[in-house]
Amino acid sequence: MIFSHDVVIVGAGGSGLMAALYAKEGGADVAVISKLHPLRSHTGAAQGGIGAALGNEEEDHWLWHAFDTVKGSDYLGDQDAIEIMCQDAPRTIIELEHYGVPFSRNKEGKIAQRRFGGHTRNFGEAPVRRACHAADRTGHAILHTLYDQCVKNQVRFYDEFQALDLIMTPEGVCCGVVAYELLTGEIHVFHAKMVCLATGGYGRVYKTTSNAHASTGDGMAIVLRSGLPLEDMEFVQFHPTGLYRLGILVTEGARGEGGILLNDKGERFMERYAPTVKDLAPRDLVSQCIYKEIREGRGINGKDYVYLDLRHVGREVIETKLPEIATFCRTYLGIDPVKEPIPVAPTCHYAMGGIPTNYDGQVERAGRGSIVPGLYAVGECACVSVHGANRLGTNSLVDLVVFGRRAGIHMAETLRKEGRKKEPLPDNPDRRVREMLEDILGRTRGEPVAVVRSDLQQTMMDNVSVFRNEETLTTALDDLKQIRERAKRVVVRDKSKRFNTELMDAVELGFLVDLSEVITRSALNRTESRGAHSREDYPKRDDENWLKHTLIYREGEDSYRFDYKPVTITRFQPKERKY
Amino acid sequence: MKVKVKIKRFNPETDAEPHWETYEVDADPMDSALSLLLHIKWHIDGSLTFRKSCGHGICGSDAMKINGENRLACSVLVKDLVKGEGDTITFEPLPTAPVIKDLVIDQSRFFEKYRAVKPWLITRTPPPERERLQSPEEFALIEDATKCIMCGACTHACPSTWADPEYLGPAALLKAYRYTFDSRDEGADERLPVVDSREGLWKCYTIFNCNEACPKEIDISRWLSALKRRAVMEVAAR
Repeated sequence: MIFSHDVVIVGAGGSGLMAALYAKEGGADVAVISKLHPLRSHTGAAQGGIGAALGNEEEDHWLWHAFDTVKGSDYLGDQDAIEIMCQDAPRTIIELEHYGVPFSRNKEGKIAQRRFGGHTRNFGEAPVRRACHAADRTGHAILHTLYDQCVKNQVRFYDEFQALDLIMTPEGVCCGVVAYELLTGEIHVFHAKMVCLATGGYGRVYKTTSNAHASTGDGMAIVLRSGLPLEDMEFVQFHPTGLYRLGILVTEGARGEGGILLNDKGERFMERYAPTVKDLAPRDLVSQCIYKEIREGRGINGKDYVYLDLRHVGREVIETKLPEIATFCRTYLGIDPVKEPIPVAPTCHYAMGGIPTNYDGQVERAGRGSIVPGLYAVGECACVSVHGANRLGTNSLVDLVVFGRRAGIHMAETLRKEGRKKEPLPDNPDRRVREMLEDILGRTRGEPVAVVRSDLQQTMMDNVSVFRNEETLTTALDDLKQIRERAKRVVVRDKSKRFNTELMDAVELGFLVDLSEVITRSALNRTESRGAHSREDYPKRDDENWLKHTLIYREGEDSYRFDYKPVTITRFQPKERKY
Repeated sequence: MKVKVKIKRFNPETDAEPHWETYEVDADPMDSALSLLLHIKWHIDGSLTFRKSCGHGICGSDAMKINGENRLACSVLVKDLVKGEGDTITFEPLPTAPVIKDLVIDQSRFFEKYRAVKPWLITRTPPPERERLQSPEEFALIEDATKCIMCGACTHACPSTWADPEYLGPAALLKAYRYTFDSRDEGADERLPVVDSREGLWKCYTIFNCNEACPKEIDISRWLSALKRRAVMEVAAR
């Protein structure tokens, strides 16, 4: 079938729903297609908070937030976009509150705020209470409220429709998407004046991740396959505190409320690495320190984890401020965080890189000012770039709401001003998707998806995680070559049209392979250490050669091209990063 | 340990009737029920179909009937489902909903009921420049209800839903509570008439199945009782 809308948003997490809400309020005819029911989106798993200099608990300023974000990004974040984000954050959070988000409150009845990693007062002096939160289910509170608002505003939803391709005119204008309807197995064309990708991250590239099964980077892979670049893909955030072996996130808010990290000797080791902010250092640093402790034999019982200790924080704070975390510990590990320390290890958490956009969400084809008409991207799949080489905790939710909102407003305003018509659809816009699915369904002999996917996740975990070097990265590339061939021959047992999740698993495996390839190549290409990209063979940051964004293009099956984009610096000159 | 996983399978495209299939799986007592299903799908039979996403009890995708009770598959562990080696764990779709395939149900009615209760903040007073103030005590009235993940375990555990498919059900009514009791909301006069009805609050007989089914341990019956009182007070005041 062909569906027709002014604006088609792909993905219904925080950024997709913000874009939908504001485009709709701006008068556009908006449809949201999502491979999950919107309430199942991964935004709902965000725990600890959303940062904004509201100053409800103590003095705070957006410029302090901006400085922390720039420093946290290891000076790779674009400062114009960071200024917009931090300036806009308080207003946007007030709007969320007006929409009904059930934030936790302080005694005065204002939105409660707590400490978080890397957020400081007065340009690095000491931790500041900036993270607005709804206990430790902040993302859940925001996601559900935004969905309620979209329902109120009669946004059209196509639930369990998985986008598999972009439709581009020969002139390079985006005029729609091709989507697979899970219920019926039908392939549909969505014809649109504007498409906005809000498809989230790709945590499932790695064996250990806090990300949902659905986080397979679909939008990024589709963009790469359309000949457009991806930016800064070497920067992958590992959150320091995933539940040991499971990878389930334990919010940084646990340390914000006073939790500390301990090694096997019972030493609070972060005091050695970050004497000022200690356990509230940014995530890249804390994850690297945990790995160092483990490598030097100070993991708990010599194993590959450390302890997050909340015992001194007390039952009341744990039960009221961190209830979900307490439940996870009790359910999955059988331990009570009130009485026992929590075993934790780094877990793949967030993609700093993604689809390059300007700060209105418009996708860029080749650096600044080169817009792909009709195409937007927001949220984790996009790279504005406000997170640079390392995202600060709470800034993903800020990014989602601020830039989701801006893209929604920009789309509606552009439609109003330009009254633009839909570009005619090219012939057979769904040909690529039909061929891909027919090919997968037609195979009768080969490996199951899960076996190949698990090998992919293992090599990425072993070779392209917190620490990398030329040897591990080359090993990963060799492995990926084999894995790519195997992925082309995976077999699905389910041949039915109805709700064929196995078929989508096979398609998603292809996305994961493509993204692993560009993550690894970008990591091999960047011969310095910056933020979350820590090269053992190039341990220093190299501003002279590498104070720039990577753009990677796929030009053929095995052929990639790099390009670069300067970092925008407004107020904060790069300095050595100390905490 | 070895466990038997018995699953009610049904693909309307090929099957006239649902049927049971049993798989033998090696499991760790600390594995979640979801990981058993994933193991079967990934390594034994790829056509086994169920919803899942976050895998730790916040997205609400994988509510299903496990050993006869509505649970989230990702939030219940093998050790709590078997007594010993060789025991059987049964999986079925949530009861009384149309089955799409295997453990996947059609939730469109469930979400229609949610939409019916005007599940959003209704305000008439223009918002202040800053946040609307809400005391911790006012927030405490709704906090428990805001934990709802809309998984459907409660509604599909409710005998009133089983008997009357038109009944709004605990999930939708809890959403009505969540907004009606929000100190910022001014829409009780719009929302209460929807729930103060034959197919609404008064079909709740306080059987507590919803409380027992809720994976977030929300005290649903208590909040629905508060909503009933509120509805009666509003009528009395009119």
